[in-house]
Amino acid sequence: MPMTVTEKILARHTGKDEVCPGELVNVRCDVVLGNDITAPLAIAEFERTGAGRVFDKSRVLLVPDHFVPNKDIKSAEQAKILRDFARQQELTHRWDVGTMGVEHCLLPEQGLVGPGDLVIGADSHTCTYGGIGAFATGVGSTDLAAAMALGETWLKVPESIKFVFHGRLGPWTGGKDLILHTIGVIGVDGALYQAMEFTGEAIADLSVEGRLTMANMAVEAGAKNGIVAPDKKTRRWVEGRNQRPVTFLASDPDAVYARVYEFDVTDLEPQVAFPHLPSNVRPVAQAGEVLIDQAVIGSCTNGRIEDLRLAARVLAGHKAHRDVRLIVIPGTQAIYRQAMDEGLITVFLDAGAAVSTPTCGPCLGGHMGILARGERSVATTNRNFVGRMGHPQSEVYLANPAVAAASAVLGRLADPREVVQDAD
Amino acid sequence: MQIEGQAWCFGDNLDTDRIIPARYLNTSDPKELAAHCMEDADATFASRVAPGDVVVAGRNCGCGSSREHAPLALKAAGVGAVIAPSFARIFFRNSFNIGLPILECPEAAAGIQPGNKVRVDFERGLITDLTTGREYVAQPIPPFMGKIIECGGLINYVRERMGKASTNP
Repeated sequence: MPMTVTEKILARHTGKDEVCPGELVNVRCDVVLGNDITAPLAIAEFERTGAGRVFDKSRVLLVPDHFVPNKDIKSAEQAKILRDFARQQELTHRWDVGTMGVEHCLLPEQGLVGPGDLVIGADSHTCTYGGIGAFATGVGSTDLAAAMALGETWLKVPESIKFVFHGRLGPWTGGKDLILHTIGVIGVDGALYQAMEFTGEAIADLSVEGRLTMANMAVEAGAKNGIVAPDKKTRRWVEGRNQRPVTFLASDPDAVYARVYEFDVTDLEPQVAFPHLPSNVRPVAQAGEVLIDQAVIGSCTNGRIEDLRLAARVLAGHKAHRDVRLIVIPGTQAIYRQAMDEGLITVFLDAGAAVSTPTCGPCLGGHMGILARGERSVATTNRNFVGRMGHPQSEVYLANPAVAAASAVLGRLADPREVVQDAD
Repeated sequence: MQIEGQAWCFGDNLDTDRIIPARYLNTSDPKELAAHCMEDADATFASRVAPGDVVVAGRNCGCGSSREHAPLALKAAGVGAVIAPSFARIFFRNSFNIGLPILECPEAAAGIQPGNKVRVDFERGLITDLTTGREYVAQPIPPFMGKIIECGGLINYVRERMGKASTNP
């Protein structure tokens, strides 16, 4: 039977030759993941199972990244639950301030997730790893607790939707624009319970970082997972990183899809999602005069080195507008160091940016850049729900790093071409 | 199992940030979470909601963050059931896992008005708007999932099946 890449990965993790959409399967998890918000609940539930020890101390990955460095006493207590548990269970991989990163930037970088893996995580953006050809999906804390005990979970095999991106992207559009455009077309529940498979020559051309950005936001269309079948680019990216064997799988040519969407992206403009849904998308050129108070460049969506390079290209030789607070958050310590080595941090400092240690912080209104009533932020993050970055009457505009940087310079939503004239 | 209470209506795409804003996620104590439940959607909700009340939402209910704190906050606030035309998948799983019954029923979600008195019979999947007398039929909750709810969540259900006593979370 022909299968999609998602179905193939699920089949391999059930010990079956094939699976079909709708089938309920018990799957083996390569790694399971939690963070400082979701792990404390999972740990409490894990203790109640009576299991005692986790199924495999090298495959339970707990990353304190949301409210860390500890933002207040209560979150310090939560993070301590994670830290104490990691120590007590003698987990192989332990991270903390100074070594950690935003989980979905960190784990691919460290080779702890890879092509062909099956990953569940108590964080909705676990779907990011589909960018390197893994099946990865978000769950809640109780599901994580059960998986920490058993190394298994149950899933319904999703139908797949195929998205074919034809053409060539322009210099200021990337993975963020493709996924925002897609969500704008299909809506925030347009892929509910389904797999989003991204293909076509624009995806073949797209960097691995851009693919991670696309898979990251699959959940914003309600999808169970987003995936790009791994190719030579993926292989080059994971080589030298991966700590476990990887499997390169692709969809069969005659695999069955619930729907197929085709887009020509050659003339796609940089996109912005207006408040308060990621589907409320329009080209930045049609944004009108939207003044901003803050620009955030970072997060599991756009906190990787390519994102910082893009932002620096726009910011070089410019200053952030005096009424804009520009906050740059490298996704991991390694990305931070690389940005420093490449001179990007100097560009950011010269532009008047605050450069932060890795954290999810402002993306979810946690800390490090909370908005007051009536304030607006352009952000390279993933959600612009009511109150997402602070006051319920504040607003978040989602965009790519070049748009965020250009908006920081001009003090309003702006196209990068308004700041940089010599785009190649 | 049946519950009866007043309806609280919300629109499409009720996200988990609105059910429990992230600024309160520095705790996982259900009582503390309940005190801020729905704060950014209806600031009066937490103080006025009564045990057995029913949240009636629109499409894609519970979208966004995977935070299990969202169904926990609703349950601890006393919400007896959530009715919506469709749910985001993580919220759907989380709700059963922590013992909050939810039902998919587009007709009930469209028909029930705020403040109406509602009765839900989970075994039969029967939703009755006692204010208007209208009845709606949803897919009943299958017995094993009803058992998870009755036990107070998945872990208690697992413990009970393993012959261990339930413990409170």
